[in-house]
Amino acid sequence: FYCCGWLINFYMSYVITFLSSLMFVLQAEVFPYPEIGNEEVEEINQLVAPVERFFTEEVDSAKIDREAKIPPETLNGLKELGLFGIMVPEEYGGLGLSNTMYARLAEIISLDGSIAVTLAAHQAIGLKGILIAGNEAQKQKYLPKLASGEHIAAFCLTEPGSGSDAASIQTRATLSEDGKQYLLSGSKIWISNGAIADVMTVFARTEVDVDGVKKDKISAFIVERAYGGITSGKAEDKLGIRGSNTCEVSFDNVPVPVENVIGEVGSGFKVAMNILNSGRFSMGSSSAGMIKKLIELTAEYAATRKQFNKSLSEFGMIQEKFAMMALNAFVMESMAYLTAGMMDRPGLPDCSLEAAMVKVFSSEGGWICVSEALQVLGGLGYTKDYPYERYVRDCRILPIFEGTNEILRMYIALTGMQYAGKALTGKIKEMKKGNIGMVFGVVGKKLKSSLGGSVDYGLTGKDGVVHPSLAESAKKFEQNVSHVGSTVESLLYRYGKTIVDEQLILKRVADVMINLYAMTAVLSRASRSISIGLRNHDHEVLLANTFCSDAFFKNNYLMTQLQKHSPENNDANIKKIAREVLENRAYICSHPLERTF
Amino acid sequence: MSGRVLVGVKRVIDYAVKIRVKPDNSSVVTDGVKHSMNPFCEIAVEEAVKLKEKKLIKEVVAVSCGPQQAQETIRTALAMGADRGIHVEVTGKDYETLGPLQVSKIMAALAKKEDAQLVILGKQAIDDDCNQTGQMTAALLDWPQGTFASEVSFDGDKIKVVREIDGGLETIKIKTPAVVTADLRLNTPRYATLPNIMKAKKKKIANVKPADLGVDLTSRLEVVRVDEPPQRQAGVKVETVDDLVGKLKEAGTV
Repeated sequence: FYCCGWLINFYMSYVITFLSSLMFVLQAEVFPYPEIGNEEVEEINQLVAPVERFFTEEVDSAKIDREAKIPPETLNGLKELGLFGIMVPEEYGGLGLSNTMYARLAEIISLDGSIAVTLAAHQAIGLKGILIAGNEAQKQKYLPKLASGEHIAAFCLTEPGSGSDAASIQTRATLSEDGKQYLLSGSKIWISNGAIADVMTVFARTEVDVDGVKKDKISAFIVERAYGGITSGKAEDKLGIRGSNTCEVSFDNVPVPVENVIGEVGSGFKVAMNILNSGRFSMGSSSAGMIKKLIELTAEYAATRKQFNKSLSEFGMIQEKFAMMALNAFVMESMAYLTAGMMDRPGLPDCSLEAAMVKVFSSEGGWICVSEALQVLGGLGYTKDYPYERYVRDCRILPIFEGTNEILRMYIALTGMQYAGKALTGKIKEMKKGNIGMVFGVVGKKLKSSLGGSVDYGLTGKDGVVHPSLAESAKKFEQNVSHVGSTVESLLYRYGKTIVDEQLILKRVADVMINLYAMTAVLSRASRSISIGLRNHDHEVLLANTFCSDAFFKNNYLMTQLQKHSPENNDANIKKIAREVLENRAYICSHPLERTF
Repeated sequence: MSGRVLVGVKRVIDYAVKIRVKPDNSSVVTDGVKHSMNPFCEIAVEEAVKLKEKKLIKEVVAVSCGPQQAQETIRTALAMGADRGIHVEVTGKDYETLGPLQVSKIMAALAKKEDAQLVILGKQAIDDDCNQTGQMTAALLDWPQGTFASEVSFDGDKIKVVREIDGGLETIKIKTPAVVTADLRLNTPRYATLPNIMKAKKKKIANVKPADLGVDLTSRLEVVRVDEPPQRQAGVKVETVDDLVGKLKEAGTV
């Protein structure tokens, strides 16, 4: 039994490592909900007012969508407002605002999808490389004109053969004989602002010397259209965000000075990932802003439209839609500002995991909400006389760009599991040898936790950080966390390294993690609202408890499906169906009307 | 002449908001409701800033009377180009009963204290629609007034004001110092751009109490009741002109 005892401790320590990293990290950084100073709140309110006014009075979204173009006057208005350099430091001519403020402004800018994407492509990714990885000379040279909007930026990574698989890009930059410039050649596609950008961040393969061996590594370059050799293809005719310019950009031996390499030569992939990770969180606030607006518009209709002598708002299925929209907006806001608040902490903390979770939740939640909002309006919602169909079309891009949700789910699951994974890697082979003591160890531990050793991570109770009216939800959260710990551990034991290929499993793990982060965000936010007595905090408690209860059961079901030989899990059949369909590249059933006799 | 212009700016419920009356009919709901600068005050600020840009005057001072939040309105004026602000602190019951008489006393006192050459106000506020403050201020100061201005220009030591009146347009010339109230077509106010809002943070807002100016805020008015406008009744369609005349006769209007 000494053997078993040791193994029980062994397992416990890894589970605890994973759990504690999840819980402790979560606790220390997410409670209390991030606060900004009074001065900053006043400043945000000041900044929001003219932007809101501009969008209500000067932006004709229907026209932008119809003509697939943002009028020059509107673009100029945006430049004058200062919206092209929101996060560029004041010393370079920008507004120097924090991530939190950027998220706040994103709520309003999202009222027009085309403008939102044009601005985001310019500053959230286009010039971000210079901002976070550029040297002083590059910043001085390029940021001022980019911040004022005199120059527009674009981010050129994706190629016809390289989308999600960004590391496989083929565009090449060869160093000239005199070592003074690179010659850049290749083709990029789906480039937002591709036709109007003056300054582009371009990613290309470069030959580097690694310990005497010549290797191909990706480097990031600042490329000016003025260098010559750059052609933009015709604008793509898109389903939504039609006013945002998207096109192919081709580079034909474009001379780029060596001073324009961002960061170190060969560090381009990391630069690209850092850029993309830093912009994602704002999708939470922009989706929330859009849903809040839709709630106002549709509620007006639901309250006045009558059928069967009752207004629509008296019918259960309509009410459900409004509750869903409110819940989604609440969760998205909470997650977005929690993440932004963490990112604004000194020391440039890495919130890429949290930002990815915000993006997945918000893109899918947003898509469902705009569809339901359209449904409330019925036939009217389907016509172009109303903006709902445009919101639906504009939203469809959200789960696709800035990292497809499929890729992000993989990232979330694998990163979240890496704590436990790292520790277990070497030991997996030993475990699979089928040592009896090990089996005892696993069984013993599972018995212990299933015997109802109650789970308590200190969120509730006397010194708890969660307000008592949220205690039940917090307990559900703690239960989920404990459950996920043991689920992850058993998955790693079952699959070892091959887990990276089990997408259907990783998808569920990611969904649980996203739900957990969402629960954390709403618990933290609602706790603060009650504690400081914000207006309508009772409603917040209601939203928080409802969401947590819903998420708790969803998580439990997902984790049930992850158990070994779970009858709730249809993955094997699903894969079989997919294989048979894809082999034949068609639906293979005989037609129901066919006869054999 | 000091070359100084005083502009009064009022914080009101935003024009786009749907106004609701409190259940006790004492006033309208203001809690949690979006507020912004009175549109006519924006036009006043814009005119003052334009005059400064034309170098016809030297300094624009924005004034607002009210509680802490009035500072937001002053900040907007600063972001539009005003040089400094004065926040006259009025809170609680005093603020609830603050009206044109009290504000004009304050403006008059400030105009003297700041040695203002010109006082520009919006012609009226969109919440009370009084259209009195400009006129009262001029009377208290014994200054000439150019109200409902749709055009303002300097003519030597005088000001030429084109006024929008019922009969059309009236042009008058008044001596300075004077009070002018802005009408809709005087100009199109600029947006307070975000960079200007950031710059405006450095501009000063002085804090003043009405007592310091020797002003008595007692109101001579008491609001008895506030009601929503009556619900609009449905109209009636008629087939012929005779029917119409018949119905009008029935209603006693013909």
